[in-house]
Amino acid sequence: MKTLVWVEHDGTAVKDATLAAVTAASKLGEVHLLVAGAGVDGVAKAASEIAGVGKVHVADNAAFGHNLPENIAPLVADLMASHDAFVAPATTTGKNIAPRVAALLDVMQISEILSVEGPKTFTRPIYAGNAIATVESSDAKLVLTIRGTAFEKAATSGGSGVIEAVSAGGDAGISSFVGAEIAKQDRPELTSAKIIVSGGRALGSSEKYQEVIVPLADKLGAALGASRAAVDAGYVPNDYQVGQTGKIVAPQVYFAIGISGAIQHLAGMKDSKTIVAINKDEDAPIFQVADFGLVADLFIAVPELTGNI
Amino acid sequence: MKILVPVKRVLDYNVKPRVKSDGTGVDLANVKMSMNPFDEIGIEEAIRLKEKGVATEIIAVSVGPAKAAETLRTALAMGADRAILVQTDDDVEPLALAKIFKAIADAEQPGLVILGKQAIDGDNNQTGQMLAAMTGWAQGTFASAVNVDGDSVSVTREVDGGLETVKLKLPAIVTTDLRLNEPRYASLPNIMKAKSKPLDTKTPADYGVDTTPRVKTVKVSEPPVRSAGVKVADVDELVAKLKAIGVHS
Repeated sequence: MKTLVWVEHDGTAVKDATLAAVTAASKLGEVHLLVAGAGVDGVAKAASEIAGVGKVHVADNAAFGHNLPENIAPLVADLMASHDAFVAPATTTGKNIAPRVAALLDVMQISEILSVEGPKTFTRPIYAGNAIATVESSDAKLVLTIRGTAFEKAATSGGSGVIEAVSAGGDAGISSFVGAEIAKQDRPELTSAKIIVSGGRALGSSEKYQEVIVPLADKLGAALGASRAAVDAGYVPNDYQVGQTGKIVAPQVYFAIGISGAIQHLAGMKDSKTIVAINKDEDAPIFQVADFGLVADLFIAVPELTGNI
Repeated sequence: MKILVPVKRVLDYNVKPRVKSDGTGVDLANVKMSMNPFDEIGIEEAIRLKEKGVATEIIAVSVGPAKAAETLRTALAMGADRAILVQTDDDVEPLALAKIFKAIADAEQPGLVILGKQAIDGDNNQTGQMLAAMTGWAQGTFASAVNVDGDSVSVTREVDGGLETVKLKLPAIVTTDLRLNEPRYASLPNIMKAKSKPLDTKTPADYGVDTTPRVKTVKVSEPPVRSAGVKVADVDELVAKLKAIGVHS
């Protein structure tokens, strides 16, 4: 089987989510990559060095500069004439593009796979991860998105993919990119961080989040996260949100501070290797999944932890 | 312009799903069902566009069992003008749903179709994007703001790392994210009024759509259970535990 993996990048570097998708694709067969964008020579070269990569299709065109699905999906659909599976990381970009590709191919997509069980059989979470479905496709071609935390990352070196320019495609003329507000921070990204410190509604304010959560994250070189309640209350921007409707994370250590542990939040972090919970309510559901639980007033315990660790 | 809003009847988001003991699915017998929360946001957004004078008519559509009519009545009570129930007892996949919505869009010629970004049962997150491919229209997914301006719509999208704004030519597809708006509750008088609003009943065959699944569910199981660890007495003990697993500054 020949797979085509969507390379997620920021114009200069390949994003980590791609590497998990490469691992998933390698379980199906030959791995080809697609690098689309404007001025992506550097990305294409980096992509060709990913371990196990056969061919790197490079579509360098201003129309592909902002991942507009109206322009990208027809390009992918064209390339799928010579591939058997399209594999994209389940990022907001992958989720935006893959179903559009699937519909152009008249294929029923399988979303957020957790494992490859056979050539056309996969597991995936349903009901916010409260159930796991094993599903089998009967379509001639596959369109899959990959949950990044469920697969190891492929090595970024050791590969020697052959770079091949693709000239197909252009601007469909129905959509344009206006602008973006992407938070720039000197921290690891939430979805690839080894340690995450998350705060919940119990913090009570944006100031307290800054005062209590941020210093601990700084000390540990951790990414910052939050529960939906904290995001909705305006303590932090929405891209901090961990949970069913936010980001799915699985770091080595996850600190849940002042987070009660609603199902929606647990769905986003329960695959973390070690979970640390600090909450003054000893009956909070978060303690049912925490490896280390501390029943304490977070405003006292967290600064003390930051000081002592 | 008309706005088409698909809505799905799903297990209420407050109910904990239980996997059936025979592994065929999640138990939906005698449990509370409600409108998919993302679809509620879609209805609300359509109503706000009507209140601004942008939209003239809101058509709610649901593909599902006879009881999905209740979900449509909720949409009508919130403020949709009429409804279409595409009745089937099959579990219809996003690909077939998109084909049904495409046929309805062809007949109704809406300026916007607003869908939830995903249904909270299947968590597929596909139907809107698929409908966009089939209609050839532009798509603004995971929307946190929607502004119609003449023959185009600006959609602010929630993306990894922040927000992104795209401008789409109308007609277009929008899928809602949680922060787009807070849906209103239907008032009692409006619930009464909704009972007399038009609700057409159709079948997938009326739209020439074959709903035979492409993906077979082999089994459904409980997720691996994570067991509780230990409670530590104080910060010092927590620090010691963390140091033991290599976590320190």
